Amino acid sequence: MSDTYVSDTHRRLIYMANQIARNFCALDHDAAAAATADHIAQFWDPRMKAAVAGDEADLSDVAARAFAILREQGEPAPQTRATVFNDADEGGRSDAG
Amino acid sequence: MGYAKQPDFGTPEVRSDHTVTLSIDGREVTVPEGTSVMRAAAEIGGDIPKLCATDMVKSFGSCRLCLVEVEGMRGTPASCTTPVTEGMVVKTQTPRLEKLRRGVMELYISDHPLDCLTCSANNDCELQDAAAEVGLRDVRYGYDGAHHLGQVPDLSNPYFLFAPDKCIVCSRCVRACDEVQGTLALTVEARGFDSKISAGTAKDDFLSSECVSCGACVQACPTSALMEKSVKQHGKPERSVVTTCAYCGVGCTFRAEMRGEQLVRMVPWKEGKANRGHSCVKGRFAWGYANHKDRITSPMIRDSIDEPWREVSWAEAISYTAGRLKDIRAQHGARALGGITSSRCTNEETFLVQKLVRGGFGSNNVDTCARVCHSPTGYGLKTTFGTSAGTQDFDSVEHSDVILVIGANPTDAHPVFASRMKRRLREGAKLIVIDPRRIDLVRSPHIEAAHHLPLQPGTNVAVLTAMAHVIVTEGLVDTQFVAERCEVDAFEDWARFVADESHSPERLEPVTRVPAEELRAAARLFATGGNGAIYYGLGVTEHSQGSSTVMAIANLAMATGNIGRPGVGVNPLRGQNNVQGACDMGSFPHELSGYRHISDAETRALFESDWGVTLDAEPGLRINNMLDAAVDGTFRAIYIQGEDILQSDPDTKHVAAGLEAMDCVIVHDLFLNETANYAHVFLPGSTFLEKDGTFTNAERRIQPVRRVMDPANGYEDWQVTQLLANAMGLGWDYGHPSEILTEIARLTPTFAGVTWERLCEEGSLQWPVNEANPDGAPVMHVDGFVRGKGHFVVTEYVPTDEKAGPRFPLLLTTGRILSQYNVGAQTRRTANTAWHPEDLLEMHPTDAENRGLNDGDWVRLASRKGETTLRIKVTDRVAPGVVYTTFHHPETQANVVTTDFSDWATNCPEYKVTAVQVSASNGPTDWQEDYADLAERSRRISHEAEGEPAE
Repeated sequence: MSDTYVSDTHRRLIYMANQIARNFCALDHDAAAAATADHIAQFWDPRMKAAVAGDEADLSDVAARAFAILREQGEPAPQTRATVFNDADEGGRSDAG
Repeated sequence: MGYAKQPDFGTPEVRSDHTVTLSIDGREVTVPEGTSVMRAAAEIGGDIPKLCATDMVKSFGSCRLCLVEVEGMRGTPASCTTPVTEGMVVKTQTPRLEKLRRGVMELYISDHPLDCLTCSANNDCELQDAAAEVGLRDVRYGYDGAHHLGQVPDLSNPYFLFAPDKCIVCSRCVRACDEVQGTLALTVEARGFDSKISAGTAKDDFLSSECVSCGACVQACPTSALMEKSVKQHGKPERSVVTTCAYCGVGCTFRAEMRGEQLVRMVPWKEGKANRGHSCVKGRFAWGYANHKDRITSPMIRDSIDEPWREVSWAEAISYTAGRLKDIRAQHGARALGGITSSRCTNEETFLVQKLVRGGFGSNNVDTCARVCHSPTGYGLKTTFGTSAGTQDFDSVEHSDVILVIGANPTDAHPVFASRMKRRLREGAKLIVIDPRRIDLVRSPHIEAAHHLPLQPGTNVAVLTAMAHVIVTEGLVDTQFVAERCEVDAFEDWARFVADESHSPERLEPVTRVPAEELRAAARLFATGGNGAIYYGLGVTEHSQGSSTVMAIANLAMATGNIGRPGVGVNPLRGQNNVQGACDMGSFPHELSGYRHISDAETRALFESDWGVTLDAEPGLRINNMLDAAVDGTFRAIYIQGEDILQSDPDTKHVAAGLEAMDCVIVHDLFLNETANYAHVFLPGSTFLEKDGTFTNAERRIQPVRRVMDPANGYEDWQVTQLLANAMGLGWDYGHPSEILTEIARLTPTFAGVTWERLCEEGSLQWPVNEANPDGAPVMHVDGFVRGKGHFVVTEYVPTDEKAGPRFPLLLTTGRILSQYNVGAQTRRTANTAWHPEDLLEMHPTDAENRGLNDGDWVRLASRKGETTLRIKVTDRVAPGVVYTTFHHPETQANVVTTDFSDWATNCPEYKVTAVQVSASNGPTDWQEDYADLAERSRRISHEAEGEPAE
């Protein structure tokens, strides 16, 4: 049944990155890019991160900037409370994401 | 432990700050003010004879058996309806009372069959007990006159019978249906001697009536008039074991009442803090799947999914599986392997699966079904409140004044909690429902929503922002709460955002399709109506803006000061029994148990040293990403415990493509589920009745699950995972789940104070259980949020990319129904199919008429992703332009039409919005036919070893 199915993981990853960026649109451009970079750093598997070069035409400006941040500056510090995790001996936060 | 009935105090517990002291039969007793004399007597071990009284329903005072004498009072008042007073002197046994009671009892027995020895309630009958208690020795009235004997029993309900000749018309069943369940399906028909219990209207039987088969009436019945058919079949139980239901996230506790290893009945446990003695049709009755003929109890393997299964020994299955996993790891690296933990299995089993994946496989590719249900809850509540779990316990609803239900259908999906909510609504709390469908709560007996906002699917954020607009612009914000408890700068940003005219209900009405005035009224009610509580479900989370909607809900709760005390809060209604626990146990690819990120070196070191392994520091793949990677060839093997992703996950063809591309798919389950069609190894699973462990419900309540029978397959699920781990060289030696729980507590700060022994002693604990909360935490954020201040988040409405258009003009939304559960693997293998034998497509009459479709017609349901056929139900429960179906039946495979759009933050699938077209159909789709062929081929089991030909 898979013969008719066309996988396009790369297209999907671009879509995901753009979607993340779009949902940070209430922030200004730099903050949205940093938040997008932070989100991708914390939740994406290495092969997913590596699959996006960052200069794809379909990538939104904010998403492209996010990949540039990851390439040039490495993982940003937490930009939202969603990416602040418990320390080893801490039990306060929780998430299911 | 022998069999003993649950204690019955006759009338419900009364909560009061004032106590009253009285004397009963010369013994002094102090009880809360408002307590009945009957209950006070029971508190000191007394047992006043009674028939119409039971502590699950209000006193009624009809049977006149519980009469007592009270000094200074005239006559012989009924103890069930007489409240205690200070200094009261009560006598429960006097010659006058003896005579009166015996006379009453004689009249009851004069119209009751005396077939006690062959009655299914023999020795478990309150009428029999009462006759003994009052010393009835003779019945002077024969059966010559009018009587009710010989009436035909109603056997229509698959699980219980109604025998009218055994009925004493005490009305306990009617009152249980009214007060406990809140369905009001039962009534007493006619009057006086002709009085008869009736379900629905005169022409109805129990099955055709509105009865939801919750079992409350059966539990309340003092005789065998309403009796479980299983008791009639097997006899009176000999022992009982308290355990936790394995269906929804309410987490009801039950007494599994047993004879030998035969489960006779499941009876809700009155001391259970989640369910308070109530149950639904699934937990109470739908356990027959445990012994269903479809259960697979021998491991099976095959090299290719084109081959029939080959039954093998456990040793061969485990060795074969470990061998394949090691080969794939050697060839493709550790990140080519992964696993899925089950929200239906115990905390201990879930913990071990993620431990095996991280420590044994060597990757962080572990995920769980919360990915497809409540992952946005985690993201949203963590961002706003600092911690993701529901803020309240279920008891909290008793203190709510305004209940806002959004994207949830509690009477179908969380029925036992819904009954508690309905009770509060009948007491006068106001209800707001935000849902595209007119769910039952909108209008049911004695309940009517003050406001129902039937929004366009996909516009949750717009509706909530419009409500916030009203609250901010009309000056309804709880400014003191915001100033004291929240980050003020973030609040001001948010308030400016929502106050913008572009977010007014009027401006958004064309998008949301919610009448602006109705929305304004709902917002005003929520902000000003007293304690406001928000309950939500997957209609919130399963959207492309699921996480944003959760944050918008949290914003609304904070802006109105509805956090941190009983009666308020943000309450995610969890889907599966242990979805909270599966999240807590480190089932997500980016974090270890206790919500600590895998990239944190100190956290990794803690686990590495305890487990003696090296952990990958990078996050792993989520389920949908695993499937993508499988199609790409970088993900090759998966161990799936207790999930059926082919049926439950969106875009079935993509799931199938991913599974088909893998070299080794290991399914560990009770049945050959749909996913197993693509599996190379099948490891038989065990039911919740066959294992020890713990589940954590939607209240964060950790409750014991106890083994009442031996596993049919020989092993509890954690033991199977351990066998596999040891074949991979991990050297585990757990002897009992309590040892796994000890490890969880050792490595997880929120579980620090949890032990198996303590759970067994105390019944349950709500995490966090640590130094700060040694006895757990029923309500969170009481004096402050877990992370200090509450954080308002601006939630811009971003429309979904799944658009209706000329080719696909309708929006499909999916959900579940009371009698079935998720993919139906369990409930389809019970008599629950009597209520829901197939998935139906609900469609508005206008849409049906436009297409020339009639109720019951077969239709083709097509989306951009795929198509299926099913029958339609024409109903105005759905708005024009919206259609709805369930996903319980593999013959329909509703997810063949759902898309791969998902929540922006968590990839929770957008199940609730799919653009579709519906047209007449005269047969199954090509996909359905192909899939049925594949399923049949794939489920062949070879018996060649026994000399039989392959099927």
